[in-house]
Amino acid sequence: MSWTRLAIELFLAASLVFYVLFAGADFGAGILELFRGSRRSDEQQRLVSHAMAPVWEANHVWLVLAVVILFMGFPVIYTTASTYLFLPLVAILVGVVARGTAFTFRHYDTLTRRYYRAYSGVFAWSSLWTAFFLGTVPAALMLGRIDPSASGFSALFLDSWLNPFGAVMGVFTCCLFSFLASLYLSGETRDEELRAIFRRRAAFACGAMVLAGGGVFVTAELSGLPLLGEFFAHPLSVACFIVATALLVPFWFNLRRRGNVTIERVLAAAIVALVLLGWFAVQYPVAIRMAEPITFERAAAPEATLRALLGALVVGILLILPALLYLLKVFKWETLEREG
Amino acid sequence: MDDLLAARLQMAFSLGFHIIFAAIGVAMPFLMAAAHALHLLGRGPGYRTLTKAWSRGVAIFFAVGAVSGTALSFELGLLWPRFMEHAGPIIGMPFSWEGTAFFLEAIAIGIFLYGWGRVRPWTHWASGLVTGIAGVASAFFVICANGWMNSPAGFDWNGGDPVNIDPWAAMFNDAAFLQGLHMVVAAFQAVGFGVAGIHAGLYLRTRYAIHRQGVMIAFVMAALASIAQPIVGDFAAKSVARRQPVKLAAMEALFDTQARAPLLIGGLPDAAAARTEYAIELPGMLSFLAHGEFSAVVKGLKDFPREDWPPVLITHLAFQLMVGVGGLLLAVSLAGVLLLWRKPEKFFSPGMLRLLVLCAPLGFLAIEAGWTVTEVGRQPWIIQGLLRTSEALTPRPGIVFTFAVYLGLYLFLAAVVTLLMSRQVQALHRELAGRSEGEIP
Repeated sequence: MSWTRLAIELFLAASLVFYVLFAGADFGAGILELFRGSRRSDEQQRLVSHAMAPVWEANHVWLVLAVVILFMGFPVIYTTASTYLFLPLVAILVGVVARGTAFTFRHYDTLTRRYYRAYSGVFAWSSLWTAFFLGTVPAALMLGRIDPSASGFSALFLDSWLNPFGAVMGVFTCCLFSFLASLYLSGETRDEELRAIFRRRAAFACGAMVLAGGGVFVTAELSGLPLLGEFFAHPLSVACFIVATALLVPFWFNLRRRGNVTIERVLAAAIVALVLLGWFAVQYPVAIRMAEPITFERAAAPEATLRALLGALVVGILLILPALLYLLKVFKWETLEREG
Repeated sequence: MDDLLAARLQMAFSLGFHIIFAAIGVAMPFLMAAAHALHLLGRGPGYRTLTKAWSRGVAIFFAVGAVSGTALSFELGLLWPRFMEHAGPIIGMPFSWEGTAFFLEAIAIGIFLYGWGRVRPWTHWASGLVTGIAGVASAFFVICANGWMNSPAGFDWNGGDPVNIDPWAAMFNDAAFLQGLHMVVAAFQAVGFGVAGIHAGLYLRTRYAIHRQGVMIAFVMAALASIAQPIVGDFAAKSVARRQPVKLAAMEALFDTQARAPLLIGGLPDAAAARTEYAIELPGMLSFLAHGEFSAVVKGLKDFPREDWPPVLITHLAFQLMVGVGGLLLAVSLAGVLLLWRKPEKFFSPGMLRLLVLCAPLGFLAIEAGWTVTEVGRQPWIIQGLLRTSEALTPRPGIVFTFAVYLGLYLFLAAVVTLLMSRQVQALHRELAGRSEGEIP
């Protein structure tokens, strides 16, 4: 048992969780724009821009951190995934590039209505596109159909993720992200009507998320993956599963009663984080399920590398956290206090 | 097109695209911070407008740079999994530091761009400066990794498998520092001349004083960098001569090993015939530049196995282009400094301004040429002397297809960014025209 490796695995898990909680919500905001309806639709978009602009780039860096941890600490995971899942990964990258640039262009190049609509369209659709493909990647890591010894393009590069389970995971991810976004956004405004709109959206997204979550388990069973059983086989994943489900109750109650927004946001973030943690518990210590599973232990770089990586991560986080908290303080908390 | 060529072209285009945005991300915050400081020190209202105009540009370039950089971190694995499998544990560390620097950069730029009126003025100024410092650090870290590909260190190569890994030794390899310095100075040079040239052109057209301020700040940066660059470049070339003699031979199109080796100006190397035509030869100069002595022996390409030669023509021409542009920018810098010193009123004469306009794209051209020298000059190796590029290639098919996707996306983005920049300028001019005369300094 290498403690260094365990610590790095925790960093990896944390950066994935933060990526979903922060950047995932940014994707969700884009997805929600597709469903914004006609009522106060301009204000909804303005709120999205206002909420995301100062922080989206920082949110996005959690992914870079996860990638760096993978290719330095667990190169075999990184190279196997990037070889056999290259199609969803390329799709994600195209989406990431299109979404980030369209969002920025919309913010800075709002000379005519026509351009604004074009940028918004690209931003919204690429958010949906990217979130969907982001969901197919963990699906492929779970399902275990990556097979380097297979022959033929489809067996090598498509079958592992292009299947009902992958598709439902993609949809589930979109719901998860929209769920987070609608709650974060409802907390970004003091306008009661606008807040009510986003709360309705949150209720809808929550319902969709629960349905899609059920779909994940059903398609898993149909694909020969006893996911529900696996969830109940591990104490940590059972705990996550039960607590996440239980938290839906106070969340729902609060939402109906139009209670405190902050409580809602915290509950939503906790539910999503628990879903992820539960999945980690099910998956661990394997990273990629396949005929000869790639475990973190097998994929790990030599101890000297792991130690250097851990050192860099610890120093890095000590530098990043205060800066990040300051960023959030300036643009999130102080805004609320001032406007509130 | 075969897969190897497609993969190399995809990497070349991605890096060639990203480096423009990375260079702007490294140098532009310092220009912004200079203008911002002048504003805060009360040197005139124009500096506030200039800072804001520049920061809008930075926001656009930074966003494109950030997302294209993210794409690169995946592309390494998507195209060269065998390389990453070996290299990741050895050279991943500078990337993890780069991740930290990039994170700080993204946070600082968020505070800078949206912090007007929200944070205290000098704190706000500091966030701009931190953006620049983190950008420089990012550049250094990434180039540590590239330097390692040129000058592998920090491990033993046990029949294709790296053992005894020392990530620190790998990070601080022989090539890292000089290559990083060379690139950072190049970024200042390219961005300085780019911005000075754009504002020079706008000043010629509109005579808004704000463009004079823009030219001045940017030119100071450009001139300082351009005067430093030949010195840094000379050290970098000496380091290449020591570490990668075959790359130096290709850069200089030197086929025969010789003492008093000549420096070639121009010339078209013919690798098949192993000779270089149409070159002006300066006897002994190459020996002096590479090893500090006119009589020193410089190794020629014929001393190396033919299958280890890089593409000589491309490497040589790119090197000549880079050095030529560097010389030109040095001359313009010295001329400008001389003017400012002896006849400052002539600095904004139409002649000098037009010269600056012509220089605007040159620094970026030199950066592209320089990276061509570094990367093409290292071929056929992805890790010099250890792993061939062809051995690192992904086994998946259809690289031509992903290359086409990337190429289309990047070309489209380049067109959109160009359009946006011109519209930013129009918006700035509308804003300036809307004010009364007295407000414009």
